[in-house]
Parts: sequence; C-alpha cells; structure tokens
Amino acid sequence: MWPLQLLGRNTLALISGLGRAVIVLLSALLHKPNPRKGIPLLLQQLYSVGVMSLIIIIVSGGFIGMVLALQGYTILVGYGAEASLGPMVALSLLRELGPVVSALLFAGRAGSALTAEIGLMKATEQLSSLEMMAVDPLRRVIAPRFWAGFISLPLLAAIFSMVGILGAHLVGVDWLGVDAGTFWSVMQDQVDFNKDILNGIIKSVVFAFVVTWIAIYKGYDCEPTSEGISRATTSTVVQSSLLVLALDFILTALMFAR
Amino acid sequence: MMSKKVELMVGFFVALGIAALLMLSLKVANSGLSGGGDSYNLFAKFDNIGGLKVRSPIKVGGVVVGRVSDISLDEEDYTPVVTMKIYSEYNQFSEATSVAILTAGLLGEQYIGLQPGFMDESLDILQPDDFIEDTKPALVLEELIGQFLFSQGSGDE
Repeated sequence: MWPLQLLGRNTLALISGLGRAVIVLLSALLHKPNPRKGIPLLLQQLYSVGVMSLIIIIVSGGFIGMVLALQGYTILVGYGAEASLGPMVALSLLRELGPVVSALLFAGRAGSALTAEIGLMKATEQLSSLEMMAVDPLRRVIAPRFWAGFISLPLLAAIFSMVGILGAHLVGVDWLGVDAGTFWSVMQDQVDFNKDILNGIIKSVVFAFVVTWIAIYKGYDCEPTSEGISRATTSTVVQSSLLVLALDFILTALMFAR
Repeated sequence: MMSKKVELMVGFFVALGIAALLMLSLKVANSGLSGGGDSYNLFAKFDNIGGLKVRSPIKVGGVVVGRVSDISLDEEDYTPVVTMKIYSEYNQFSEATSVAILTAGLLGEQYIGLQPGFMDESLDILQPDDFIEDTKPALVLEELIGQFLFSQGSGDE
C-alpha cells in the first residue's frame, strides 16, 4: 500500500508540475509584443545571460578543440590519416560537442542564476508586489529572461564550435604540423551545411528552449524559502543537464541515423 | 536608464555569434559560394563505380572542374550512370575525352579523372547532356588481388 501510494503521489506531482510549467511558459509568452518596453528589458537580460556566459564558453571551447586535436592526432597518425584531423574535429564539434557542452555550461552558468534570481524575487515577495502594482510579473520578469536564454544559447554554441575549431587549428597545424591547406580543404570537403551545421543549430535551439524553460519554471515555482531556492537551483542544473543529454540522443537518432 | 555599456556588450555578443555562424558556414562547410556558378551536365556509363559518391570531385590533371551530381542505374541494361556537373567555364571538351574513376592515394577517396582528348576537325565538342563513351571502371582492390592470386596459381603449373 505504502509504495503504491508513494508512486501515485510522485506521478501526480510530476504531472501537475508539467502542467504548471506549461502554464508559466504560455502565459509569459502569449502576449501582444510591446517593443518599446520589451526591448530594453530583453537587452538587459541578454547582457546578464548571454554576454556574461561568453568567457566560460570561449575558454572551454578553445580547450576542448585543443584536446580533440591532440587526442585525434595521436590516434589518426597511427593510420597515416592525420589529414582527417580537420573534419574529425569540425564534425565532432558541430554535431555534438558544440550544442551539448555549451548547453551544459549554459545550464550551470546562466540557468542556475536565472532560477536563483527569480526564486529570490519570489521569496522576498517582489513578484507579489509587482502584481500589486498591476504589473504582470510573468510578462515583465519571466518573458525577457526566457527570450534572452532562447536567443543566447544558439549563438553561444556557434561561438563554441568556432573557437574550438580555431583551437584545434592552433594545436594541429601550428604545434603538431598538420598542413594548414589540408586541414581546411579536407574539412570543407567533408562538412555539409545542411547536414552538419544546420542540424547543430537545430539542436542548440531545442536545448536553449529546454534549459531556459526549466530554469524559469523552477525559479517561479520554487518554495519561497532559502532552502527552497537552493533546492530549485540544484534541480535546474541536474534536470536540464540530464534532459539535454537524453534529448541529444533522440535528436541524433532522428538526424544522423539511417 | 539602460547603460550604454550594456547595449554595446550585447551588440558585440550578437555580432560575434553571427560572425561565428558565418564563419562556420563559409569557411568550415564551404557552402553556397563555390557551388553557385553555372554548370552543365555530362553523362558517363561505367561497368563499376567502386566507392564513388555524389559530390565526389571531377578533376582534369588535378584541377577540380566539377562534381558528381547523381549516380543511378541505367533502366535498360542496369549499368551505373554517373551524372557529372561540369562548371560552364570548362565547356571545350572534345568527343575523344575519356573518363576514369581514380583513387586519391592508396586508400583515399575516389574521384573522376577526365582526360581531354585531342581536338580535330572531324570531332565535335561535347554538348550539355552528352554521354562520354570512353570510360574506365573503378579498380576494385579485391578483384585485383583475386586476379593476382589466380595468375600466380596458373603460373606454377
């Protein structure tokens, strides 16, 4: 009886949580746009969500590209195939590592900050006071944050891939001595715009939607105590990371499997 | 209210993101620009195309003059027909031109090598959608090894 009751309680909690998440998202986004008020708010959020994530994205992209080049070179050189270093690095970055790793970093850097900020606003009753002043907090607080995350992450993923390829160029060409012309031309031969770049962008758009949605929902739905905020922040990072990895498998299966 | 620095930094961030996208699509994938020129089709029938793929390059003496745009089977005799998209600046191939499927390096990608034939008054220039008659099929390594073993065996007796 007890485990059954627990299962039922958890299922009900999951379903009602999903429902609240959809309601938060829809009521934040389904409004007549008001560019005069909305754009300054969006810019402010783009700054704190996007620009502030640039450093971590650029540094980790560079190092991941360099490591890929180093590891790939030591393996490929055994087959005399070091000319394939360029496409190997570019394809792994564009198809998988760029969207996925930047989504994970984004969840840790920006998603947790969004949840904590909104949660603290709720705990200190700023959201309620906005409502008292007849300002819709969903529209004023949640919507710009959602759009900022949704716009930022695909751009960050593109920057991640680009910096990674440049890092791989640094290690592969300047240090290990792969020919620069071979590096680029074989890469251009193997990388296809629709198949690789566009699919990578689609992936990062999906991840941006999921990560930002979880972050704002967890913040808006958190228990308004210091403990509740800490729990909400943790579960933002954990759930969005897991969901990104699971979705990545599904998307890869849809896009690249034959 | 909105500080100038925030606007500047956001502008920088978005510009960087778009620059990254542009660089990825132009420099990494090399899309659009090179394939956009005018081109015309030539056809060739091969006995065996080996590992030739759509988008494999077509080369004359190492210079890329086009790409394979389609590979299909002839409807009547079931031999492979390769559609070759040749850039229209190279439109002076004579009828004596021959094509072969070659391999870059021992284990590399396969490509089509065009051998421009001699020019003569009795020979016409290949028109768009013409078939090239003189073709050499791809060398299949297993067949070569098989032939080699066979000839070794018969030599001993």
